[in-house]
Amino acid sequence: MQLTIKYFGMLAEATAIAEEQLDTNSCSVSELVEKLKNQYPKLTDKDFKIAVDQQLVDYNHIINTEAEVALLPPFAGG
Amino acid sequence: MEKKKPKNVFRQGAISSEFIGNSIAKHQTKTSIGAHNIFLGQVRADEIDGKIITAIDYTAYEEMANQKFYEIREATFEKYDLTCMHIYHSLGKVNTGEICLFVFVSSPRRKVVFKALEYVVEAIKTDVPVFGKEIFEDQTHQWKQNT
Repeated sequence: MQLTIKYFGMLAEATAIAEEQLDTNSCSVSELVEKLKNQYPKLTDKDFKIAVDQQLVDYNHIINTEAEVALLPPFAGG
Repeated sequence: MEKKKPKNVFRQGAISSEFIGNSIAKHQTKTSIGAHNIFLGQVRADEIDGKIITAIDYTAYEEMANQKFYEIREATFEKYDLTCMHIYHSLGKVNTGEICLFVFVSSPRRKVVFKALEYVVEAIKTDVPVFGKEIFEDQTHQWKQNT
């Protein structure tokens, strides 16, 4: 299945991209995060939350369908 | 009580005094209102390790952020007896001393607007995916984090 991965703020800076497509089998959020950290070692020491289709999810959440996955660094609105 | 559909809260750059003034003026026709309360977030020139912040460059996960602003709005109308509410947040570069957040709540009575405004602003700070790059005088930067 195809995932759209979005990076924001300091995470977009760490990966040097804002968005990419990723082909993967069904996986948990923590498995996906491990994969991304392997690909982008600079993510390893960063603090972030994950949103799947714009909903915050925890690391046990299973992604089993095409989705938009966003890596969100600490919020700084206002 | 007035409810509105999700709309775009973001404005490019700083929110001007003129925009804020016009927004207040537009409420003169809403004569059931007896009290307005306004929060203005201003970019502060913090000094960190001897370097002074000159601007914040805001970005956001815009679709999710607008949805969150909408949810905050709905929750606030559920909780408080408000006549209307307006939220505007900057994107892009906002210099120190300029306004980056404008929250405006109105009600027939004063007590409710004090509580409602705090509720809205605190929810924005914790729930909305907006990111801020704090730019120093020498063009280096760090990433803002709400506390």
